[in-house]
Amino acid sequence: MATLNMTDPSDQRSALRRMLLIREFERAVRDNFADGEIPGFVHLYIGQEAVAVGACSALEDDDYVTSTHRGHGHCLAKGMDERTLMAELYGRRDGYCSGKGGSMHAADLDEGMLGAQPIVGAGVPLATGAGLTAQLRDREWVGLSFFGDGAFAEGQVHESINLAATWDLPAIYVVENNLYSEGMTYEKQHNVENLADSAAAYGIPGVIVDGMDVEDVYDAVAEARERAARGDGPTLIEAKTYRYRGHYEGDPQPYRTQEEIDEWRENRDAIDTFAARLREAGVLDEGDREEMQSAVEADIEAAVEYARDAPFPDPEEAYDDVFAEPNPDVEYFRERLGRTGGADP
Amino acid sequence: MSALDATGEELSVRETLRTALREELARDDTVFLMGQDEEDGGSFEVTADLYEEFGRDRVRDTPISETAQIGSGVGAAATGLRPVVNVSYSDFIAICFEPLMNQAAKMQYMFAGATEMPLTIRAIEGAGFNAAAQHSSTVHTLVSHLPGIKAVAPATPRGSKGLMKTAVRSDDPVVFFEHKNIYERTGPVPESEDFTIPIGEAAVLREGADVTVVATQQLVGEALSVAEDRTDVDVEVIDPQSLSPLDTDTIAESVRKTGRLVVADESPLSYGLHAEVATRIAENEFYSLDVPIQRVGVPDTPIPFSPPLEDEVLPTAEEIGLAVDRVV
Repeated sequence: MATLNMTDPSDQRSALRRMLLIREFERAVRDNFADGEIPGFVHLYIGQEAVAVGACSALEDDDYVTSTHRGHGHCLAKGMDERTLMAELYGRRDGYCSGKGGSMHAADLDEGMLGAQPIVGAGVPLATGAGLTAQLRDREWVGLSFFGDGAFAEGQVHESINLAATWDLPAIYVVENNLYSEGMTYEKQHNVENLADSAAAYGIPGVIVDGMDVEDVYDAVAEARERAARGDGPTLIEAKTYRYRGHYEGDPQPYRTQEEIDEWRENRDAIDTFAARLREAGVLDEGDREEMQSAVEADIEAAVEYARDAPFPDPEEAYDDVFAEPNPDVEYFRERLGRTGGADP
Repeated sequence: MSALDATGEELSVRETLRTALREELARDDTVFLMGQDEEDGGSFEVTADLYEEFGRDRVRDTPISETAQIGSGVGAAATGLRPVVNVSYSDFIAICFEPLMNQAAKMQYMFAGATEMPLTIRAIEGAGFNAAAQHSSTVHTLVSHLPGIKAVAPATPRGSKGLMKTAVRSDDPVVFFEHKNIYERTGPVPESEDFTIPIGEAAVLREGADVTVVATQQLVGEALSVAEDRTDVDVEVIDPQSLSPLDTDTIAESVRKTGRLVVADESPLSYGLHAEVATRIAENEFYSLDVPIQRVGVPDTPIPFSPPLEDEVLPTAEEIGLAVDRVV
């Protein structure tokens, strides 16, 4: 997805539209998961839209990002198509991973999405590796990793940032501090007030941004990208944000109050805040948001219809792509189990 | 009393595990539980209510830090405590393999017995939830391969109680695998707080004269349903319960009777539990076997997300039935 210029009114409207699209996508996932149409586990990004959109709008098309178990927002912000993503969530052959990955493993390397990543923290070294390729092969791209405050307790996160700092890799680390790690409060997980303060331990800049402000996120990532592209190394950006839904859909959330959720939704919502600002600036006219909302609702409805109508993969497709080449052991066991010859789907 | 004539209250695997842990927490104040979301019951709510009963010194949340969870468990076990560490999904053992493989497994040996390692690690494994490749793995053969680690994976409430008690009380490191699809399975559970099952003791769950099916976890239920459905062949079903050490004698005795062996386990087939069982029977009962041993498992793929794909790679009752057909 094209880089946005956040001082340009048309691009500002595009950013708002992307945020609305993500929220509407997630609402559809919420409802259709509850109805049993979407299998597996889903973790929704509602509330955090400004982080994905702000960050990805400051990136170039060739840049790579890694995501988390809460990855739909990052996928859409990086330019993945809502229909193909929805089809993947529905387990259909026309999805990004041909139904093999689902919500937790959605990926599209053509759009620079190296994968949603439900092993907490595991995307961080992968984005670091994308930065390493850029450095060793003189590529223009940077690697950006989205991860949560929970991941900041994982060893591989710190190992990766330290490595990138030591080698001046073109990498950007965006920790989305939504105050909860799975079902545990921030205070149970960390002994520092700001995760960005840890940047001092790696000798890199640590930046705190309002994760409910898409422009604030954009500015920080744009600056970090410039630094990375100059060869000056990585930046750690902490986006203070909030997730409106549970850790997973179905989470009873005994760890927080409805009042707290309402307070964020009503007073700090990223979409409402940005839309109001654009109205004040005259970028958004009366009725524009509603029009945009209707348009994204139509897009998402079409995505759901597309996913519903898409075929499931054939069972034997389960054996494709274990390796680049056919694996004789897989074939051996299929034959031994009597699975060759094609069962009906 | 064997598993065949087991009596007791009908409980689910989940209730049984919770009760066993509650009783061990009450019995021994060096026992404590830790893991992600453990204070709210952990993944799949096995430890629900225990935090309220015992408080944070005994039941505590950890940061999302599998390496530190297991590593600090090893250190605590070496210095006087009896930790029960929950790593949630068994796939996450990959993150903390170092303290498992190099510390917990080797410390007693390297230090020539100067310390004991009374550490229990709970790991939730198995597929069937469309949870995709990183939340569905069966890794118990990987762990069973480690010298110095004991691994158990009981399929029944009775086995769950007896082996959880033994694991917690053991002075050796034990990885306790819980299949996420059997938490609701019910069965009779002996009431005694001191009911234990030795690690390394299999359970014969159904006697039969014609074919021995060694099955684990969820596939025990599938094997039993095959056995009940088949009128043409009399199937004996054995749950090894312990994977390492493995009860070779009970399986060998069965094969001496039946002359036929099927091994069903949700691991990838290469270098799996199936291979270990088959090898031990080949070593000991080669001349008792009438036909080649058959294996049922996952044909060396990761677990895919989409329902028809996941269904395709997972072993089923039908495949156990086909394997039985191949040996009779």
